[in-house]
Formats: sequence, C-alpha cells, structure tokens
Amino acid sequence: MHNSAIAVKTEPVRLQSAEELNALRDRIIAERDPQRLEVVVCHGTGCLASGSAKVSQAFRDALETAGIQAKVMPGIKTTGCHGLCSRGPLVVIRPQGLFYQRVQPKDVAEIVQRTLIEGQAVDRLLYRNPDTGDLVFTQDDIPFYKLQERVVLRNVGKIDPTDISDTIEAGGYQALAKALTTMTPEQVVAEIEKSGLRGRGGAGFSTGRKWRSALSAIKKKGRPVYVVVNGDEGDPGAFMDCAVMEGDPHAVLEGLIIGAYALGAENGYLYVRAEYPLAIRHLEIAMAQARAYGLLGENILNSGFSFDARINRGAGAFVCGESTALFTSIEGKPGNPRPKYIRSVEEGLWGRPTVLNNVETWANVPPIIARGADWYNQIGVPHSTGTKVFSLVGKVNNVGLVEVPMGLPLSTLVEKIGGGVPNGKPFKAVQTGGPSGGCIPYHLKDTPVDYDSLVAAGSMMGSGGMIVMDDSDCVVDVARYFLHFLEEESCGKCLPCRLGLTRMREILDSFSKGVGSEQDIADLTSLAQAIQDGALCALGASAPNPVLTTIRYFKEEYLAHVQDHRCPAGVCKDLITYAIDPALCTGCMTCARQCPVQCISGKKKQPHVIDAEKCLRCGICKESCKFGAVLIS
Amino acid sequence: MITFKINDQEVSARPGWTVLETAREHDIDIPTLCFHPAVSASGACRLCMVELREGSWSKLVASCIYPVAEGLQVFTETERVRNVRRWVFEMLLAACPASPEIARMAAKHGVTSTRFESHDPEQTCMVCGLCARVCEEVVGLSAIATVDRGVHKRVGAPFAKPTDVCVACGSCVTICPTGAMQSIFDSIRGVPATNLTQLG
Repeated sequence: MHNSAIAVKTEPVRLQSAEELNALRDRIIAERDPQRLEVVVCHGTGCLASGSAKVSQAFRDALETAGIQAKVMPGIKTTGCHGLCSRGPLVVIRPQGLFYQRVQPKDVAEIVQRTLIEGQAVDRLLYRNPDTGDLVFTQDDIPFYKLQERVVLRNVGKIDPTDISDTIEAGGYQALAKALTTMTPEQVVAEIEKSGLRGRGGAGFSTGRKWRSALSAIKKKGRPVYVVVNGDEGDPGAFMDCAVMEGDPHAVLEGLIIGAYALGAENGYLYVRAEYPLAIRHLEIAMAQARAYGLLGENILNSGFSFDARINRGAGAFVCGESTALFTSIEGKPGNPRPKYIRSVEEGLWGRPTVLNNVETWANVPPIIARGADWYNQIGVPHSTGTKVFSLVGKVNNVGLVEVPMGLPLSTLVEKIGGGVPNGKPFKAVQTGGPSGGCIPYHLKDTPVDYDSLVAAGSMMGSGGMIVMDDSDCVVDVARYFLHFLEEESCGKCLPCRLGLTRMREILDSFSKGVGSEQDIADLTSLAQAIQDGALCALGASAPNPVLTTIRYFKEEYLAHVQDHRCPAGVCKDLITYAIDPALCTGCMTCARQCPVQCISGKKKQPHVIDAEKCLRCGICKESCKFGAVLIS
Repeated sequence: MITFKINDQEVSARPGWTVLETAREHDIDIPTLCFHPAVSASGACRLCMVELREGSWSKLVASCIYPVAEGLQVFTETERVRNVRRWVFEMLLAACPASPEIARMAAKHGVTSTRFESHDPEQTCMVCGLCARVCEEVVGLSAIATVDRGVHKRVGAPFAKPTDVCVACGSCVTICPTGAMQSIFDSIRGVPATNLTQLG
C-alpha cells in the first residue's frame, strides 16, 4: 500500500477505447503468473486496528532476510477487509489460498519458513471448525464464508485497492466500457430498472425508478444534473460502506460514472465522512488513477462523454447522511435537513435534479451492467433482488463483514454465518437498521432478511448494521443507548426531534431506575408515535423505532423494570446488586484487588463479601472472577 | 386555480400556494409558531401538521411548506394530527414555561399541563429561528444565527460573539412569537457602552 504520494504503479496510458482497455487487461493477466506465491495481508480498518500493518511489515523484513523475494512476486499484497474481523489480523497465502488467522509479527518467521519455503501449513494459525474441531485450510471452506455470495464485495480483500491494475485485472471498468460503447443512456436506466435494485442506504427506494424520475425532471428543468455518492455511513456498529470504499474504491467510482452517463451528468460528488480517512485516501488514489487512464474526466475512453467528480468530507454530523442535509452540507451551509415535499431528483443539490445513492448501491451498478439484469434478478427474492452486505456485530462469535443473498433467514445469518452467541445460548434479539431500525426477537428468527419482511417485523433493512444481543443485554438499556445517540446527533431544527428525543430518553432513564408505571409506557408509545409522525426528516421520524419495537416484543421486560423494580438482564445499575456466592468463592482475592472502591472484604482462602452500600456496580469483580462466584441479583 | 378539500370542505388556491396559506384564506384554523408571512417557511415547529389521505393511504405533512395540488384531501383535526400537536405543546410548556404566548396557545388547543419537568423556569425561546430568518431575508444582515446543534441549539449572535452588524432595527423582537427576543437582543448587539454623558 502506498502511503507516500498518490502513485500510479504501472505507467499510465490514456485509454482511447474499450479495445485498449481489454488489451491492457490481457497484458496485465499475461504478465502475472497465476501460480505465483503471494502473501495477502488484510489492511481493512478492523485488521489494521489489531495490528496487521506490523504483520505486513514483518513479512517484508523477513522476506528480505530470507532472500526469497524472487519466489514471492510481487511481494506482499495488502488488501481491504477480508470479513472475519474478529479473527484478525488475517493473512492468505496464494495460490493455495491458505487462510491464517490472528497472525502476529512473531508468527511471520514461521510462515515464511514452513509455508513459503517448505510449502507446508502452519496448523496452529489455521481456522478450526468450532463444531467438529477439524482444521480448515482455505477461506472458502470456513462456514462463515461458505454461505456468502459476493457481488458488492467481489474484489474486496482480493485486490490491492491502491493499484488500478489489480482492478483492471479483476474486470474493473468493463461495465463502463460496455455502457459507453454498446448502450444508450436510456438502455442503462432500463437495465437498472429491470434489475430491481433498491437503495442500500436505508429506505430501499427503487434505484431504477429514482433514475427514471431524474430523467423526467431533467426533461422539464434541463441540465445540469448531479450524481452523488452517500458515503456518510454513521450507524453505530456499521462498516459496510467503509469496507467497500477502502477495499474496492473503483467499484464505487465505476458505478458513479455509469450513472453519470445514464443521466448525462458532468459533475458528481462523493460525500464521505471524515472519520474514514483510509476510505478517502483510497478514493483519492483511485480517482487520480482513473483520470490518468482516461476513465474519469474529459472524453472518457474517447467516447465523447466527459464526467468528473470530487470528494466532499463530512464534518462528523450523523444527520448529514440524510439526503437533504447532505446537500446543504455540500453547498457549504449547516447540515440541516430541509423539507422533502419536492423530491431530490427534481430539486436536490444546488436546486438541480440530483441522483443520490448509497456507496453499496453504486457498487452494485457495474455488475448489473456487465452481467445483465436477468443475472442479477436471480439473486435474492422478488422485490428484494441481489445481495446485501451486513456488518455482524455484538454478541456473536464471528464478528465481521458478510454479504448474502437477500431473503436469507435471520437465523442463518446469526447462527450459521455468525456462529451463534458466544455463551452457546440462543440470541435474544437482533437490532437491524442501526438506531433507526428495530429489534427483532428470537421467536422471529426465521424472518427472511429482505426489505419488506423486515418492515413487517417492525424494523428495517437500514444500511446493514446487525447487532446481535443475548440475555445479558437489557432492552430498556439498548433503547436508551440508541435514543441518546440520536439525541446527540439531532440537528435541532424541528421540535419533535430536538425536544422529543430528550423527553423519551428521560422516561427511559426513569424506567432504568425502576421508576414508572404502565401509564408511562403508554405515554412513551404515544410520544414515540407523535415523533414518528411529526419529525421533519428521517432521523427524527425513525428514532422511536428501537423504543417501539422493544415495547412491542419485550413489554414484560419493561414491566419488570417499572413494576417489580428488577432488570432481568442485570444491566440497569440502580436495579441490581452484586453478591458473592460463598460456596463458589475460593478467597483468591482477585476481585478485592480489582475493585476500584475497595468494597470487597474477606480473608485469603475465605469467602469474600461485597459491601452493597459502597458498590458502584461496575462489574469488574464479576469479570475478574475465574470461578463464577460473583452473582447479580 | 387549484381546487382541493380541507376537512371535506372544497377550497381553491393559486398555484404555488401552500396548504396553510389556503387554509388561512378560507378561515380554517391551523396553529403555527415558526411561521410568518414575511419570511420563508421552515417547517420547524410542526404544530401545523395536517393529514393527507388518499384511500387507505395517509401521511402527515407540515402545511406551512406543503404545496397545494389538485384533488388533495387534507384533514386538520385527525387523531394523529392532534397527537403530534398535543405532545409538541406539552414539550413546549416545559421548554418555555415563562412564555405566556405559548401557554395561551396551548390552552386554546386543550393542553393546559405537561407531564415533563422544566429544565429552565425562565426560558421563553423555543429556537424557531424566525429572528434569524427575518434578519437574513428582510433586513439583509444575518446578525442573528442559531448557535450549536441538536439539543444544544440556541439563538445567538454568529459564533456566540456580540456583533456590530446588528443595526438595532427591532425586526427580530417584533417577529418573535414568544417574546423571547426581548431578552436575547442585548446578547446579539452586546451591551451598549455606558452613556458618555454620565461619565465624570
């Protein structure tokens, strides 16, 4: 990965036609030996956080000293997210496809010796099937990957996102060349319509219909028209778009250019949150390379079509992911949403017809154009075609990034791909759609994960965050968490959102202290409906969803708080006490040493006691006890 | 002319009018706080929500910004509309307990008490932004802005620093629906220097 200047690895040649693009691709493929040894290190944000940059550096150092550089061509490849973030840093050895997990710099010497030189696997770094205990050698044989279908993530984790020749080798820009040379703009729009593609950012509006309405708006109002990428992903626990922009920036860019061609746009914007520096960096590199190759800018592939785009960085406001707030932000004004009674396709950015699509939506466009709507239609279910990328997080064994066909049962996602809940019990609920979504309880585990089924269950697809909860998660606390998040992120323009979210959170605060009544639950529901109906934009209007779905599915847990003053999950601090079971306590004194307020007393090898008066209920004693002697009641 | 129905009553409007303008033209009462004919509508207070219906489909829209269209079916007093209004008034009573205007208006719509505690018994400003809009759009100065974001949003001088851009025309004080601007005004201009004639 180039961390220095924006660099183009192979000498850029301005491509003049689709034929020249194909010729370049053939040349790249011919130059590369498919049997070459290659160390592929995941440099997605997750693996980088667990130290993968040190691992790839260790490989570079080791290969230099081992003197086998010639065998490992072209050295070490660093890629975007491989998906199984909880097992990172991840390393794949090609061509065998050996999959190593939790690789540390100290493991590198052994991998170089055993695998690269001797051609043997390092067993202790391989994945072990948790059910059978068998060693799994390659990525595709791991259950986590087996059930996935990668359309959007087709190249993520495989290519070096900073090297356009990897993209071109993988078939990048073929769809653009096809559209420019064999399709009219009208045909491109028709193909997207036929594919049934729906917006991947939240609401799930038909992309084809959006593009079609933009065309009729252009007919009325003329050009310019703008195409915009929404890369302001902000839901807690969501990193799908991040992974796409970091791992395959050209996919987003190619989709955008195809969209621009279909609509006749000359300018586009990529609105990316500033908290994604790596995504921005990779997009910048990708755009510079695409320009150098004549795939972006003036007279693309000598077709007469010109289009350029620029990156706008969000300044940290979650609400700027909302379309109208995003436009006002690009226009240089405070990111406040504006009323949407006139649609963005008619009056969007700078008051002009605008097509705004999410990162993942744009990344779906090239495969649809390249392989056809009929192919795309076969994936997924009617009305929810194609795949969806999810970030699977929370109380689940395989935390990571997954892409599955639409319509897969929720239980398959959580239990088969996600490997279930760590304590082996069934999951309690899954929050889909982030803070705007809802909580789906275990008894609806067979709900197909598609747009309409999720809405029917009271939740929504949202952008694809999926937070798994187990019996140690309290629904009142979860609802409070999401409300507090949105309270902090409200723009403050309309009263229901600015005042209402705080008032809802205050009611939940009192519930978590065991104060409240059934009437308060009814009031909370009524206020939630008023906010749904009354708020100006989708942030406020969807903010009550977590509250409403948890009341709908977990009413008895709310009642336990307000009537019995009890938190069944043992989370709400005012309603729990910690105690030590004298039968289990060995008197090891670990908890007493760790307690920040020294409220645990007892002699060595004698059962200890917690002073409930002084106890902060921080839970450190419970976490530190190896014997399970600390109990919550 | 565009014709449509409000509460089953046939009304007519000029193209470009909003539902609120049409309702006022026909003496149909819809409460508003952040609306003033002198400035652009912002749709912030949500008191003017009305329900649109078409068959079994319905949705709530802010009438101050919703453009009229042929054949609309608008209802101003449905259960959903009243629910929004009731909660907005209850929250306003707690947010601006010192504003008699808000209390009067809430009472007119049947809301005389609130379940919420007030965080500031002196507060009268509900941050509707009319002051900032009149300063920008009518006076042409932008001496007033909303400062900060979300639940922390408040009215003040840009960057929360008193500004000499203000010409003390008083438009903001006049347009303010709750009387709050009278006390905020000095923080916009800064407190005037002590009168020179009183000096030694």
